[in-house]
Parts: sequence; C-alpha cells; structure tokens
Amino acid sequence: MGTYEYRPYPYVKPPELAGRAGPRRPVIIVGAGPVGLAAAIDLAQHGVASVILDDNDVVSVGSRAICWAKRTLEIFDRLGVARRMVDKGVTWQVGRVYHRDTELYRFNLLPEGGHQMPAFINLQQYYVEEYLVDRALEFPGLIDVRWKNAVTGVRPSAEGVAVTVQTPDGAYPLEAEWLIAADGAKSTVRTLLGLPFEGRTFEEKFLIVDVRMDADYPSDRRFWFQPTFDPGQSVLIHRQPDNVFRIDFQLGWDADAEVERQPERAMARVRRVVGPAVDCDYEWCSVYTFRCARLERFVHGRVVFAGDSAHVVSPFGARGGNGGLQDVDNLCWKLACVLRGEAPAGLIDSYDRERAHGADENILNSGRTTTFMTPKTAVERQLRDGVLALAPYFPFARALVNSGRLSKPCHLQGFRGFAPDDDRIGGEMRPGTPCDDAPVVGGDGRSGWLLSHLGGRPTALVFVADRRDATYIAGTAADACIPDLAVLAVTERRHGDLPLPELVDRDGLVRGRYGGATGVTYLIRPDQHVLARWCGWDPAALGAAWRNCLRSGKA
Amino acid sequence: MTHLRRDDGFAGRGDAFYEQLVAAHRGLSDADSGALNARLVLLLANHVGDPAVVAEAIAAARRGLGEDVKGTQEDR
Repeated sequence: MGTYEYRPYPYVKPPELAGRAGPRRPVIIVGAGPVGLAAAIDLAQHGVASVILDDNDVVSVGSRAICWAKRTLEIFDRLGVARRMVDKGVTWQVGRVYHRDTELYRFNLLPEGGHQMPAFINLQQYYVEEYLVDRALEFPGLIDVRWKNAVTGVRPSAEGVAVTVQTPDGAYPLEAEWLIAADGAKSTVRTLLGLPFEGRTFEEKFLIVDVRMDADYPSDRRFWFQPTFDPGQSVLIHRQPDNVFRIDFQLGWDADAEVERQPERAMARVRRVVGPAVDCDYEWCSVYTFRCARLERFVHGRVVFAGDSAHVVSPFGARGGNGGLQDVDNLCWKLACVLRGEAPAGLIDSYDRERAHGADENILNSGRTTTFMTPKTAVERQLRDGVLALAPYFPFARALVNSGRLSKPCHLQGFRGFAPDDDRIGGEMRPGTPCDDAPVVGGDGRSGWLLSHLGGRPTALVFVADRRDATYIAGTAADACIPDLAVLAVTERRHGDLPLPELVDRDGLVRGRYGGATGVTYLIRPDQHVLARWCGWDPAALGAAWRNCLRSGKA
Repeated sequence: MTHLRRDDGFAGRGDAFYEQLVAAHRGLSDADSGALNARLVLLLANHVGDPAVVAEAIAAARRGLGEDVKGTQEDR
C-alpha cells in the first residue's frame, strides 16, 4: 500500500534502565500524535523541557485527520512548522454541497483577503506528525521523544505525577511536575485513572477510502446528499497531496464493517464514484462509527488531558484535530508561567474552563451535523428531505442544509481573566477573541504578517502616530512590570528607526480590523488572544490586566 | 403586498432551530409526530396571519408532490 513510506523511529534504551535515574521532569507528555508533539514544541519554545512517551514507533498509520483549519495553521506557524505544511498541503476554502446530482450551494470559508494562512489545507496526519517530529528534534536539550515507551501506571500526587513506563528492555519509573495526556480517544491515562468518558454514540457507520489517482477533481470540499452514484446516504470527497483522494461513504447502521472494509469491496464503491476511465490505486481504508463525548474536567490535579483524550467529536466539521491544537495553544503558555513561578498552579483551571467551552462548541456543532446527516425516524427523514427539497429555491433552507460546520477559532469573550471591553474602540477584536491576521511591513522594510509578531509571550500592540509617542511608550513600558513583555508599534508609514519594533500598516488592514486609532493599545496573550484593549497607553493598566489573567484560575 | 420570506429568518441560528424541531419529535410515534407537525403548521400559519403568504407557502411546499411531479423552476 501507499505513497507514504513509513520509517520507524529508533527505540533507544532509556537511561533510567541503564542505572541512571533521571531527575524529576517538568512535564511528561503521553502520546506522540499531533497534540503531544505540538505541546512539546510549544513548551520547548517557552524553555520548558518535556519527555514524550509513545507506545509506538511510527507516525499515524492511515491519513486520519486531514483537514487543518486556518487557526491551527496559525498555531503551527507559531511552532515553526506551518510553512512546510502549507507548501505540501492542498489549499482550499470552498465547500460545495449537492443533492443527488444537483449542486445546491457553495460556501466560502475565507471570503476576504489579507491573511497569511488559507482557510484550510488538506494534509495527511502522517505528514503532519513527520514534520512535527522533525521540528521537535530541533530541541535536543528540551524534547526527549521516547518511542516504544508505553505508560502502564499513573500515580498523581499533590505536587506531581509518577508513571510506570514499559519498554522492550523492561519497566522503569519516571516522575514529573505535570503530565499532559495526549494519548487519544482510547487514552490509557484516562483509563488508568478510572475517569468516565460520557457522551452520545451515533448509530451510523462510515467508510473512508484513500485512493491515488490522476483525476482533475477540484480542491474544493464536495459533499453529496443521496448521491446518484452510491447507494449510501452521503458521500464526501477531499483532495489530499500526492494525488490522493479521501472518499467518505455513509454506509448506514446495518452495514457489515468486516465486509465493507475489504479493499475489493471498497474499490468497487470508489469505481462507481470516479467512473471506469480513471486509473486509481487503493491506499487505505477504515470503517468507523463515532460518538461525541468529553471528560467532565480536563484537569485532574497535575494531570491535564488534551485533544481526543479529553473530548471526541464526529469527524464532519474537522473539529477533532483542530480542537486538539487549540487545546495545546491554550495550555502550554500557562504551564510555562506556572513552572517559572509567575502564576499560581490554579491558572491551569482556566485551561479547563476555556477548552471545555471549545469542546462543547465542537460537540454541539458536530452533533447537529450528524443529526441532519443521519435521520433516525420517519419524521426526521421527512424534515431533512424537506430541507433538501426546498434548498434549490429558498436561501433559508440552504442555511439549514448541514454537511458539516467547519472548525472556526473559539471565542472566549466574557471568560474570567479577560478584561471588560472598551466599546469606544472599533473592530471585532474584543477581549477573548483570537487575533486576526493582517499584512504588515517590518521596520526593516520587509513584508510580513501581523500574527508572526504576536504570540509566545505577552505582547502590547500600540497604534502610534509618531516618534514622540513611540519614545514615550518605550520609556514607560517597564512600568507594566510584565516579565518578557513585547511592545510593538503599529504605524501608518515607515519611520525606520523607532525605539520600538515597528509594524507598518501600509494597507490599513490592521487599523481596520483592530479599530486602530492613535493610542489604541492591545494586550495580547501568548496564545494570540486579545486579553484587554484600551483607548490609550497605560502601563499600569496593562500590568493589572496581566496579573488578573494569571490569577484567573480558581473560581 | 407581503410575500413569503425566502431568506434566513433565523439569521445564522438555523442549526439551533433545526435541532429544536427534531428534539420536539423525540419519543413520539409516527402518528403522534404527524399530529405534532399538523399543530405546528396551524400555530405558525396563524402567527403569519396573512392568507396570501400562506397560499404562497402552500404552493412552494406542494411543489414536486402528488400530481405536481414535474415541479416548477421559475423562481429558482
């Protein structure tokens, strides 16, 4: 099978088994999937060391998560891997929805320009993991990836976590101050801690088949309700790199998974989709059912769940992997602040609160999609078919057609720790909002993007008129008493030698999106979320807002 | 004269409405679901309160049903 060549990563006998018991680690990460690897890289960029334990030694078998949303790509960019992913991936932003053989409508996920990242790329999970592993290996002193190291025991305590790790050479103990369980939907850590994982199972079976073929299919996401070319209820096609296509068939609950996953049978279905003339080769297939479930709490003492170990959703909407990366984005800077002693451990409770909200949003949306796609009673089917029948004629009915509400960045407006908004400021960037991107020109004259300058540390973004403003701000920034604060000046035209890093807003998009009148000041969290904004520069207010954020954990 | 509304009356909240509608039928027999739908139609038609608009809605809903199998495409 397959265009992708799997190369096992080397298992190395852990030093603990050679008689060198290591020190207590800051962080143990269980699972070297996209979430675990991204967490290790994010922590390393904050200077925090971690050990990743994975029971396997290869990247994802099968393409699995393939749709990576704009916000995820912005997070990946902060982690230094997005360029490679976007270069390799298939960029798309239009979804096309069909009923039988009629196109009902199209939706455009990024109708405006002025953003570095596309709405979506499709990229097989094995490439994503490979690129993340390569990036992790650029931090040899900070990231210790251990393949074929399976966690078999977890003992949390008030100050840390002790785990037992099984390897081909035997078992050893390892301790850390924090543990991130990024070990997937069937999380071993969750099972070992006996935590219930409750939710709703959807009685429906789906078949995904990856095929390689020279077809001039568009990059758009294409979804058919009641396709004329397949007996199933729906078909979804995504284009991936290497001329690989993902075709997703809705089989019905009574389908026999063992029969349907036979490659010959799957390829016969594919043949009905692509027609007889196209050469196509089988890559991979899987029959799946799904449920929507989440842990009641994502933080259990010093054990933090992230990604599928904490929450699972239906795949329609691409909210699994993308939700997991937003978990990483939210968690890692907080862990770094706590480990550096800048914030109380309670700050991690704000991760639970904020990402539980994200998980609920994802579960709600993907559950609604599934309800629409898989009518369970005669009347549900009548309602669904009624919507499809009216959709060609009525825009309101098109709005009800639900083939997936695709992952969008989660907003945290009104959450504890974010400042109240100052509504004199224009634009949509209220506290709790993930920052919009926009083109900027650096003080050195080079074109770039706003988001490349934000993130990783607390950042003040100040709209300044002239050198005098910038000089005053540079001279008073220390009064905020925020460790590692970056202060950036947004200007209308290039000055070149300001006492602050300068972002020239040549196209006016930063001013437009951020309501950037002169003096407007944003304080931005290390995960690129607006924490507070003011009409003028007030370093004492910045400092108070940051310290309030760090203390926002406990209720 | 008012015409039947065609745009998204729920202003982006249609998914919540649809979920509400499906949930209203949960646990009902097919016959009771039919009764629920009949009552809903009566309540909502009365709320509209304009026979001309209701007539437009009836015509749009009948399209493609019964003898009208061909349907009309004029206002697609």
